[in-house]
Amino acid sequence: MVAKSRVTIRNSTRDRIFDIINYGALSLATLTVIYPLYYILIASITNPDLVAGGGIMVVPREVTFEGYRRILAFSQLWVGYRNTIIYTVLGTLINLVLTLTAGYALSRKDFVGRNAFMVFLLVTMLFSGGMIPRYLLVRNLGMVNTRWAMLIPTAVGAWNLIVTRTFFQSTIPQDMLDAAVVDGCSNTRFFIHIVLPISPAIIAVMALFYGVGHWNTFFDALIFIRARHLQPLQLVLREILVQNQMDLELLDDIQTMVDQQRLVESLRYGIIFVASVPILMLYPFLQKYFVKGVMIGAIKG
Amino acid sequence: MSAPLATTKTLRAERRRSIYRNYDLYLFLLPTFFYFLIFHYGPMYGVQIAFKNFTASRGIWGSPWVGLVHFQRFFSSYQFWSLLRNTLGISLYSLIAGFPVPIILALLLNQIPSKRFRRIVQTITYAPNFISVVVIAGMLLVFLSPRGGLINAIIELFGGTSIYFMARPEWFPTIYVLSGIWQGAGFGSIIYLAALSSIDPQLHEAAIVDGATKFQRIRHIDIPGIVPTAVILLILNTGTIMNVGFEKAFLLQTPLNLETSEIISTYVYKVGLVNAQFSFSSAVGLFRAAINLILIVAVNRFARTVGETALW
Repeated sequence: MVAKSRVTIRNSTRDRIFDIINYGALSLATLTVIYPLYYILIASITNPDLVAGGGIMVVPREVTFEGYRRILAFSQLWVGYRNTIIYTVLGTLINLVLTLTAGYALSRKDFVGRNAFMVFLLVTMLFSGGMIPRYLLVRNLGMVNTRWAMLIPTAVGAWNLIVTRTFFQSTIPQDMLDAAVVDGCSNTRFFIHIVLPISPAIIAVMALFYGVGHWNTFFDALIFIRARHLQPLQLVLREILVQNQMDLELLDDIQTMVDQQRLVESLRYGIIFVASVPILMLYPFLQKYFVKGVMIGAIKG
Repeated sequence: MSAPLATTKTLRAERRRSIYRNYDLYLFLLPTFFYFLIFHYGPMYGVQIAFKNFTASRGIWGSPWVGLVHFQRFFSSYQFWSLLRNTLGISLYSLIAGFPVPIILALLLNQIPSKRFRRIVQTITYAPNFISVVVIAGMLLVFLSPRGGLINAIIELFGGTSIYFMARPEWFPTIYVLSGIWQGAGFGSIIYLAALSSIDPQLHEAAIVDGATKFQRIRHIDIPGIVPTAVILLILNTGTIMNVGFEKAFLLQTPLNLETSEIISTYVYKVGLVNAQFSFSSAVGLFRAAINLILIVAVNRFARTVGETALW
């Protein structure tokens, strides 16, 4: 008895040490993630000279909204924003219609040919023709430099389709379908009036996965879109943040090169912030749907 | 004799009836079928230009066959080995450094009793997953800047001299891999947390009664519980080992770090879409796709032989 309780005490001490280390490690990991984001925010509103000198770490000083005033007046950024919203809304709508209908059809056990289609689908996940044949195809279809190029070539995601199918398969009871069929309900009516209303979770998950994908799309825009008035946000951001091409519009009233350069650095922080705000603000409210999406995907991983 | 024949007949009739009854389900699938046919099988058909001398005027079908000329040119070019080394190097580095992080994160999170603390850590660590790669590249460039960048400010704070990271080829793989972990580790832990939550709680209760410490329970219950998930993800990751993300590598490339940052996909982009050598770049892309396919099949077979877990 004595020996046993001594073991328990020793173990609970060990567990406490473990807990302390664990809390410490996770706090450190969380700080590592959030600090760069926080730094972007404070650097964007601090006097650029202080940022350049490495002077701020925790609290912003000599706060100025000069950078944001200029960003808000920068028309190409807002053209990009508008285009991205168009691509995201229309693109996600197309994705949802195709993925939900096809996902439902594939979830039906009495759907003759569904196994053949699954093989047809899996092949595309294992092998692809590659960047160049895909570009030539889209070019031959006359979509290059049109809005279609941002909507149609990504109309359905194979992985999302499988997740949707799995969801319908495991949530729509067979009895429900049988009862509807006895009442003379067609598949289309059953899908629209019964399946969709009881599946808000998968609709939300898919809208979010596809939506974030469209919002962040960079590669397709890079190869398919050249016209400036069709450019999505990410292409505009690349010019400013990566290629370091500050539009003169942003700086036209600044006289000296030194002053321009000084402001450029500060504008970059502001633009990074403005570009990530919509998603980072929305995300905490939608987090549970993203998690749910990963979980459904994992069932049939 | 006639019994099985009759069954086949009724089966066939039953299938026909089912197709007829479910005609609208076929309409549901039709657009998606055509989408995959055109946008996924179309490029597979188009990849034949890797064996041809493609000219736009003669089209994919009409261009003359040239056999393996483009492949030979690629294999004997001076860039071949450096492209292969960079691509595989970054992939393996990502895999070795990045694969364990979400697992460790999930194991630690799973031991946190406070629900509130868990939720805060999860919300924050998942967030970077949703930041676009262009913004990530922009952040890296401002943080690593030799003039007032955060990282260099910290280095100077501790008495070091600032480093011009983007101009130093030896830093590129580390920048690529660490930023990938920063962005993806949190979200990657979700799947392991799901696996951990499906472990029978009785195992833990029994272990506690037997006097096992938390560390021992992680070692002997949690880790064996998530091995199947880890194996599946490892197979999937290995299958894409030649697919170093085009976007981040492309965005972080500078003329000064090309020595380590030029990977197969960025090379295909430049040769194919910038210089319009469609056939040659298709051949390079096809080489990459073929290696991927071989790898995923091989790793899957290996996993099936060694353990019970495999993709198919």
